[in-house]
Amino acid sequence: MRNKLLEINNLKTSFRIGDNYYAAVDDVSLTVNNNEILGIVGESGSGKSALAFSIMGLHTRAKIEGNIFYKGQDIANISPAKLNKLRGDDLAMIFQDPLTALNPLMRIGDQIAETLILHKPEMSQKQRKERVLELIDLVRIPRPEHVYEQFPHELSGGMRQRVVIAIAIANRPDLLIADEPTTALDVTIQAQILDLIRELKNDLDSGVILITHDLGVVAEMADRVAVMYAGQIVEIAEVHTLFENPLHPYTKSLLNSVPTEGQEKLHVIQGVVPSLQKLPRKGCRFAARIPWVDASAHEEYPELHEVEPGHFVRCTCYSHFYFPDESKEAYAHGNS
Amino acid sequence: MWKFIVRRILITIPQIILLSVLLFLLAQAMPGDALSGLVDPNVSLEQKNALREKLGLNAPWYEKYGEWASGLVQGDLGQSFRFKMPVSDLIEQRMINTFWLSLATLIITYIIAIPLGILSGRYNDTILDSSITGYTYIGFATPLFIFGLVMLWVFGYQLQWFPTSGSVTPGLEPGSFEYVLSKAQHLLLPAISMALIQTVSTVQYLRSEIVDTKQREFIITARAKGASESRVYNKHILRNSLLPIAAFFGYEITFLIGGTVFVEMIFGFPGMGQLFIESILLRDYSVVNAVVLIFGIAAILGALLSDIILSLVDPRIRIK
Repeated sequence: MRNKLLEINNLKTSFRIGDNYYAAVDDVSLTVNNNEILGIVGESGSGKSALAFSIMGLHTRAKIEGNIFYKGQDIANISPAKLNKLRGDDLAMIFQDPLTALNPLMRIGDQIAETLILHKPEMSQKQRKERVLELIDLVRIPRPEHVYEQFPHELSGGMRQRVVIAIAIANRPDLLIADEPTTALDVTIQAQILDLIRELKNDLDSGVILITHDLGVVAEMADRVAVMYAGQIVEIAEVHTLFENPLHPYTKSLLNSVPTEGQEKLHVIQGVVPSLQKLPRKGCRFAARIPWVDASAHEEYPELHEVEPGHFVRCTCYSHFYFPDESKEAYAHGNS
Repeated sequence: MWKFIVRRILITIPQIILLSVLLFLLAQAMPGDALSGLVDPNVSLEQKNALREKLGLNAPWYEKYGEWASGLVQGDLGQSFRFKMPVSDLIEQRMINTFWLSLATLIITYIIAIPLGILSGRYNDTILDSSITGYTYIGFATPLFIFGLVMLWVFGYQLQWFPTSGSVTPGLEPGSFEYVLSKAQHLLLPAISMALIQTVSTVQYLRSEIVDTKQREFIITARAKGASESRVYNKHILRNSLLPIAAFFGYEITFLIGGTVFVEMIFGFPGMGQLFIESILLRDYSVVNAVVLIFGIAAILGALLSDIILSLVDPRIRIK
């Protein structure tokens, strides 16, 4: 049984640079249901983390417009006190870099216990310690009693990421946001951490937003996928649909950039994600990186089009997109 | 951790020995010796030389150093030419005065620095922060000896809130309540003057630590846990920012030494700093030597204290 857990409508998160505001997340709308993993993919700088921080209300100096409904309550526009009641309890987040995400001066046990102190004040000290040890065990850290007393610098990166996960799941959150949870870890640990997240989703019946730039991870983990480019969602679909029938030029390019067997040369997407200030606010934002596609293929104000049930694509250029030949690509590159 | 502290303490021993050797060699390089200028000018050169030989003044430097150092260990710092009394007796009372002055200065320094640093760091880039940083810039730019004079003139002579020199009103019974009160009153103005200038580096240091810590990722983790802003500050930011300040504490002692030299001269406060300047002017070398040695040891112990404090409060340094 899937219920709508999170609904984001026209979210716009802007940062002030000099005298102007620049939107890092622009007109993003999406939903997350429980017991579902929504993958969000995109290059660095595409606004994935800015989106995650907006949901958690963690931006300290950003202007946030639009609505974020969590179980019907608009958490984009509530008081800090009310938000703090939700954060760490109903909403939780796993961070990118486990090496810096823990307070270097606090014992592991105390750091995990802090979420319990904040949201379950009725727990006795003994109950709390038991729960913390249970959590340490749950994220498969050996010797919980020992680790309870340790400081972050005494643990490896993988162990620290487990602690970060233990903090996030301490109060059985309904919505878990994992912001590139495995980027800083090596591949073997990566698989274990991902298994852990999937198990937790099944056990707690939570919704998960999994942010990553690793398409392999998305293919394996997600139920639905949103592809972000330059602060916008350019394509959103069920995971099978997206991998079998990608439509947006950016999605196609991303998938084409993944090495496959027998492939000699990797596809490289020309150029880079434009910086916030240089981002074109009109027209298709991906146009500059596919210069060989005719300008008339793009919409002036690209919108999301529902091409089949649950499958949305931004801008009309998808129907005119093709990969250039190697020789032509060189020519186009020389021209751009 | 105890291993670390013991090892750290052991390192100070060669440091202090090296300091005393350097000091002794410098003193040797100074012109004249215990006989020049002190004996009757009619005493012949032969007699003087014989006397030098007898007193061991012609011995090689390391022998003389050995003798001096063994005296030091027994608390014998030599004789003052000027006051005709053992240096250790001369220094004792002044050391106590300087100790209280330094302690008062340190306390006032932190009373000013911690709230200002916290406010400035927490509300950085606001008008409040700008005015606090403005004060620190003025503090950095103001020489202590000028500021001390201004304070003395305003609060000592014009407003007459504080006595203008000495460390106690003469004629009071030592140990009585009035005596202690008078000591405190004499201490306050030099201590405040020194603290107002000295505190600016600590304010700046604390401010930048807080601004830095605020942007660390574990602060975001704390917020994501649902901690309120005040909890985030008190539990996470403050402890991490105060850590280097605690470690800085020992080095404050080194700055204090420089400060007391000026302040004691300006406020006519009979302490080590004043004795130091006076002895230099009077060429009372055995006193200068002793004072410099004590200042040097204080600086070494200050650094030791810093390291020990840091090892106690920072788990990353606790070596098992």
